[in-house]
Amino acid sequence: MQEIQSLMGGFAVAMSWFNLALMLAGVTLGVLIGVLPGLGGANGVAILLPLTFSMSQQPGGATSAIILLSCIYWGALFGGAITSILFNIPGEPWSVATTFDGYPLAQQGRAGAALTAAFTSSFVGALVAVILITFISPIIARFALQFGPPEFFSVYLLTFSAFVGMSKGTPFKTITAMMTGFALAAVGIDTVTGQLRLTFGFADLLKGFDFLIAVIGLFGIGEILLTIEEGLEFKGAQAKLNMRVVLDTWKELPKYWKTSIRSSAVGCMMGIVPGGATPASFMSYGLAKKMSRDGEKFGTGIVEGVVAPETAAHAAGTSALLPMLTLGVPGSPTAAVLLGGLLIWGLQPGPLLFVEKPDFVWGLIASMYLGNIVGLIVVLTCVPLFAAILRVPFSIIAPVILVICAIGAYTVHNSMFDVWLMLVFGIAGYVFKKLDYPMAPLVLALVLGDRAEDSFRQTMLGPEGSLGLFFSNPLVGTITGASLLLLFWPLISSAIAVARGRNGNRRGG
Amino acid sequence: MQANKPVASTRTAELAMAGLFLAFGTLVMWDTRRLGVSWGDDGPQAGYFPFYIGLFIVVSSAFNIFRALNLGEKGRAAFVEWGQLRMVLLVMVPTVVYVALIANPWFSLGIYLASAIYIAFFMWYLGKYRWARIAPVSLGVVVFFFLMFEVWFKVPLPKGPIEAAIGFN
Repeated sequence: MQEIQSLMGGFAVAMSWFNLALMLAGVTLGVLIGVLPGLGGANGVAILLPLTFSMSQQPGGATSAIILLSCIYWGALFGGAITSILFNIPGEPWSVATTFDGYPLAQQGRAGAALTAAFTSSFVGALVAVILITFISPIIARFALQFGPPEFFSVYLLTFSAFVGMSKGTPFKTITAMMTGFALAAVGIDTVTGQLRLTFGFADLLKGFDFLIAVIGLFGIGEILLTIEEGLEFKGAQAKLNMRVVLDTWKELPKYWKTSIRSSAVGCMMGIVPGGATPASFMSYGLAKKMSRDGEKFGTGIVEGVVAPETAAHAAGTSALLPMLTLGVPGSPTAAVLLGGLLIWGLQPGPLLFVEKPDFVWGLIASMYLGNIVGLIVVLTCVPLFAAILRVPFSIIAPVILVICAIGAYTVHNSMFDVWLMLVFGIAGYVFKKLDYPMAPLVLALVLGDRAEDSFRQTMLGPEGSLGLFFSNPLVGTITGASLLLLFWPLISSAIAVARGRNGNRRGG
Repeated sequence: MQANKPVASTRTAELAMAGLFLAFGTLVMWDTRRLGVSWGDDGPQAGYFPFYIGLFIVVSSAFNIFRALNLGEKGRAAFVEWGQLRMVLLVMVPTVVYVALIANPWFSLGIYLASAIYIAFFMWYLGKYRWARIAPVSLGVVVFFFLMFEVWFKVPLPKGPIEAAIGFN
């Protein structure tokens, strides 16, 4: 078991006092970010990324930096549940399904049980996903070492097709948002020919759009504007979490082992596919409702209804890092921000990372185990503190968050233009959200745009280049074929539905 | 003006947004003309990728416009109500002024002073707090950020007259 050995090496890297302190700080900050409106995993990590620039210059510093940032992410995943249960406000999109049973539980005075169940099942989901990452990612990375430009392009195609195929609303809005991301990524100097693209003579556009600015604006400012629309009031249940409640809930939880296993599986599978955490939580809630003995009680406030979405959301959120680490293709906006961090620290994400920087990779994987344990302890012990922060009036929280966003946008490139750009993205985010234009594909396209285009052009290099190259061998052909299937899935599924409907009518009539 | 009166219908907003995207896609395609959108000697030219991106935006926006026109009852729902828009503007306008105050060609306050003023204004105007509460919160937050960025992490932020007066650059 070479993986176990590598993992032990990773623990040796991650177990320094400095790194453990960073984990504690990261998780605490992350929960805070997850609890506050307008700050979430993606933009929280984006804002704090510039602070790691100097840290990553020291030897072993890149590992410490990724431990800090990934722990912020775990914290944000945990924190989303707190607002969902106590305030009926999902802090993150994947916590929406948690409100269905979490908030009713809190209203019945069982907030403690709901929180314990949420945190514990989050931990279980994350643990399953981390174990998966430990054993699967080296295999995928080894496999992906053979990938050339056409394979990589087909993987990018698969990523973006998955967004279209799995979009909740109309696929055309997903395509519009995604292609806008690609167009914004193309702005600036073309890496191959050195020509200026889409700059229209503005010097500020020469360096292109940084996705960190887009993330801070779209998710941060946009979220604040949506929250403020509903007025300044915040009402929530009281939170008390003593050891008795925790232990009592823990005694109850093993009963739901079937739901846990099912939700972890759903989460891990969906997490590897981009944008998976939110659909995973809904899907797992729906499955649990259908298959549980207490199915009809779902929605009235039962613990199982909290276990299902939380397990899946965390499993998905964690396994979203698997394609990021092994292929350099992030599965979620937050994973994209982490990927951006790797690039800034001078690391090239992708299969070679496992060969060239094993310390970094296994340090990160080991820190996922430790970070989630630290996270569980922090959230179980500090809930009253975080709930108290939510009681700080919005007219104090909102300007402070906006100041944080402005500082975060400025520090990315030390440029005021970026701060203005952030405001523009903020207004766009508000309108996008209100009209159901998805933001995750835009952000991912902005991150991957240049690399997708590069791999496309490298494939096409030379006079014999043609689109047929994407079907030139079984491997690339399979991935491309799967992408096309996913891309046209909305069409295919509606065609199937129409065909079935006709048959049904005939039989009925 | 009634607070719950709609400013615009969802249909109008959908059409406006899709129209904007349509224009954006056209702009992207128009710019690629000068780069070359066809196949050069060594593979696709610089404009090849952006051209199809622009084309995708235009085509999918056309579908979105078509959809918006056929929204029916849902399209008549309010996109935003006057009361909501008022709240959004109450946040957005001071924020624009705040960003302008940080750095402008005439009189830059720097990010710290501007942030203190911004938080204070927000608390005073929207929160209706007394100055005894406002002063410690706004100053405390700003001093904390100053220590965090300038002293601990050594990340320089835009500075103005106050920082110059205390000799911190």
